Amino acid sequence: MTEPNTQSVILEKTFPHPPEKVWRALTDPHLLAQWLLANDFAPTPHHKFQFRADPNPQWNGLIDCEVLLIDPPRQLSYTWSSLGLNSVVLFTLIPTESGTHLRMEHSGFRPDQQFAFKGASYGWRNFLNNLDRILTEVPQ
Amino acid sequence: MRSTSPNPLFRALADPTRRGLYEHLALHGEQTVHALTAFAGVSQPAVSKHLTILKRAKLVQHRRDGRETHYRAHPDALSPLADWLRHYSAFWQQRLNQLEFLLERMNP
Repeated sequence: MTEPNTQSVILEKTFPHPPEKVWRALTDPHLLAQWLLANDFAPTPHHKFQFRADPNPQWNGLIDCEVLLIDPPRQLSYTWSSLGLNSVVLFTLIPTESGTHLRMEHSGFRPDQQFAFKGASYGWRNFLNNLDRILTEVPQ
Repeated sequence: MRSTSPNPLFRALADPTRRGLYEHLALHGEQTVHALTAFAGVSQPAVSKHLTILKRAKLVQHRRDGRETHYRAHPDALSPLADWLRHYSAFWQQRLNQLEFLLERMNP
């Protein structure tokens, strides 16, 4: 799913609850607010919404998002843009014998995405890709 | 997302020319403004302006040697950025734990 070298955070967790229930927690804005962040999410493709975290002096706490994929109760994806980082969050729900295996992947833009983004995003992503190399190769 | 916001860093690195200059310095070591101008392919005043912004973000350091100014990358400035990426790992870990508790409380 992920472009090679894209930096991403991947977390997996198994819940003793059916996928339909986990799906509700991921897509009902009131339930979503109880475990993630305050939001005006709607389970509609292309819906633009915001997550609202507590602001601080350097950050207004807003995360701009757009729904990319809604495939109940299997996959949910939205963009996640804040503080110059343009990224994508993807939830994958896999039914198990006793519940649901949830995979959360927070990654950079993928080239197959259709939405428009600023020209600078491309270079910025490459920069993040190069970050580890730069940090290790810089002459001290 | 918390106290160590990387905002000034992002602003400094949001420009592709500045990013290019920084990467060039990081990978090739100290360079004169002349060499950086040749590399960047823009005017020297423009390069100087970009270097000033990188300097303010503490991404580069400079020293004067006669009539030449030499710049080098200052890698420590990038650590808030790396911390910020690591922050998301902790953020999601904590949020998925909250999801677990919520699922316990929800109706079937």
